[in-house]
Amino acid sequence: MIDTPDEPVPTGELVLSLRGISKNFGAVSALTDIDLDVHAGEVVALVGDNGAGKSTLVKILAGVHQPSSGTISYRGKQVTLADPSAALTLGIATVFQDLALCENLDIVANIFLGRELNPLRLDEVAMEVRAWTLLNELSARIPSVREVVASLSGGQRQTVAIARSLLLEPKLILLDEPTAALGVAQTAEVLNLIERVRDRGLGVVIISHNMEDVRAVADRIVVLRLGRNNGIFTPDASNQELVSAITGASNNSVSRRAERRQARQDQIQEPRP
Amino acid sequence: MSRQVEQAAPPQLDRADVRVKHEAGLSGSIRAFFDRVRSGDLGSLPVIVGLVIIWTVFASINPIFLSSSNLVNLLFDSSTVGVIALGIVCVLMVGEIDLSVGSISGFASALVGTLWVNQGWPVALAILAAIAVGGFIGALYALLFNRLGMPSFVSTLAGLLAVLGLQLYILGSTGSINLPYGSNLVNFGQLLVMPKFVSFGLAAVPGIVMLITGLRTVARRRAANLSAPSTGGIVTRAVAITIVLELIVFYLNQARGIPWMFGLFVGLVIAMHYALTRTKWGRSMSAVGGNREAARRAGINVRLIYSSAFVLCSMLAAFGGVLSAARLASASQQAGTGDVNLNAIAAAVIGGTSLFGGRGSAYSALLGIIVIQSIASGLTLLDLSSSLRYMITGAVLAIAVIVDSLARRSRVSHGRA
Repeated sequence: MIDTPDEPVPTGELVLSLRGISKNFGAVSALTDIDLDVHAGEVVALVGDNGAGKSTLVKILAGVHQPSSGTISYRGKQVTLADPSAALTLGIATVFQDLALCENLDIVANIFLGRELNPLRLDEVAMEVRAWTLLNELSARIPSVREVVASLSGGQRQTVAIARSLLLEPKLILLDEPTAALGVAQTAEVLNLIERVRDRGLGVVIISHNMEDVRAVADRIVVLRLGRNNGIFTPDASNQELVSAITGASNNSVSRRAERRQARQDQIQEPRP
Repeated sequence: MSRQVEQAAPPQLDRADVRVKHEAGLSGSIRAFFDRVRSGDLGSLPVIVGLVIIWTVFASINPIFLSSSNLVNLLFDSSTVGVIALGIVCVLMVGEIDLSVGSISGFASALVGTLWVNQGWPVALAILAAIAVGGFIGALYALLFNRLGMPSFVSTLAGLLAVLGLQLYILGSTGSINLPYGSNLVNFGQLLVMPKFVSFGLAAVPGIVMLITGLRTVARRRAANLSAPSTGGIVTRAVAITIVLELIVFYLNQARGIPWMFGLFVGLVIAMHYALTRTKWGRSMSAVGGNREAARRAGINVRLIYSSAFVLCSMLAAFGGVLSAARLASASQQAGTGDVNLNAIAAAVIGGTSLFGGRGSAYSALLGIIVIQSIASGLTLLDLSSSLRYMITGAVLAIAVIVDSLARRSRVSHGRA
């Protein structure tokens, strides 16, 4: 599933373009001068250590937070994302790390929350059918869509949240740690799904701590460190490069282990030719 | 999974997961009901059990309690505070509270008294003005809550005093205004009952509506390849509810009959139930009450939902005040004071609406107020003082909240909270 390294970076339409985005929470600068481009048909992975500002950036794109300065361009036009519904209307769907589901409502109600069919006489049958269709596309293991979300496991909640983001046929999907709580099969399905979404010409921004997942699907890897851009990599970049960009240090246990492994491989490969 | 579905053609869209047991038929639905209750999803079961206990106790002490004439009076009394409790259900759904509904109802009755009797306005206009003023007070609470972040507990507590002051101010030195006997409003509050054929006819409506919508839903679900409840179950339930309602109506018709005012109250309850369960607005109310941040991120205008809850609550409180003025044929300084506030809130909570938001039903106002008024009526028949009445009502409220907490704990341990 790993992309071939010689594949060029897709240069579809520029869906999203951030320039000089900063966000301050009081005295804390969560983000400083962030630049980010996402093209149609491209998966951009945002990686970084805890507190690097990944989730803050996603919340700005989702309209939850407003940037302190900087510009957001969406499909060539400069936009302000004043609230979540503005982002949704533009076609930016978000799956938050904390999922943002209403535990007292059932799965159908959660998937259609805020965009119910037929507002004055809810069309429960049509909503239920659509919910099953979305969940089946995700190969979800959900016993009943009429269960309240409180009774679901973490992985099932993640699936519901992803299904919800796909409902509006968005142009850009933001996934904040989409595979963190998923089982092996579901992770594979979500990664497959991300590729399917990309092949349909959508832009995808994915945040993950899991380098395997990131390499598996990302076309570009954008590293944040302490709220700043800290390099853009292709998936064939070495683990050492990524880790040092993420942590800001080239000498730590992960990089040392990678070095040793690399050295062993070199030793094995050398005598062959 | 989709491949499995294609291979084995029969499974319906929502029955593809083989690990889940699905109850079928009448015995299945009875078993499912007991499972639900055991896991703490009580619905309105506690209030119905409580009502049976209360009625048994009072009827064994004084048989007059269950006489149809006493029950008709009980329905008259229930309607006024019941309408106020319906508004309380709205604010409790979004996890807020309005402590000033009693004052607003008293102020509304005073307003109708002055405008109609003293100023000579047409009665309908006076009522509309009172309801509009109620809505304005609710909008003020919403403004304080949304823009200034003032907890509704505090703003409505301040409102309780301020609105009571307004009520005393407009009643002036006279202290009370008598509404003319024989006027339509007073007749409506004290005398008007449905003709027998109308009441029997209306009692058949819920069963018929249930049958029609139930069968239509079954047809639509079958067409969409979803599982559907059995037709037999729907027919059984519709017939059962029709028989029960007709028996109740028959019994009450032995005395004066069903009050129009109670009919109006039930109509409002049904409308509210529809709005809360079948519209986007109702869905948003539950969502805001359950998880405000999730609702906001889903693009719901959370402030608007809060505003609608506060405004609706105050308008219903004002309307309840007008009805109680009609019931008492007067607008006095005592209107809306004392236990009106707590009776309305207690009714909603006893009926099963959670104090913590996100869980509730319009029917809880109906069931809860009947419990409260049964206690009041039973104790009055026993010639007990209001001191005892307050204590017993307080104890019942405490028990209701305890049952709610225990059920919530059970739901958590069964993964349904």
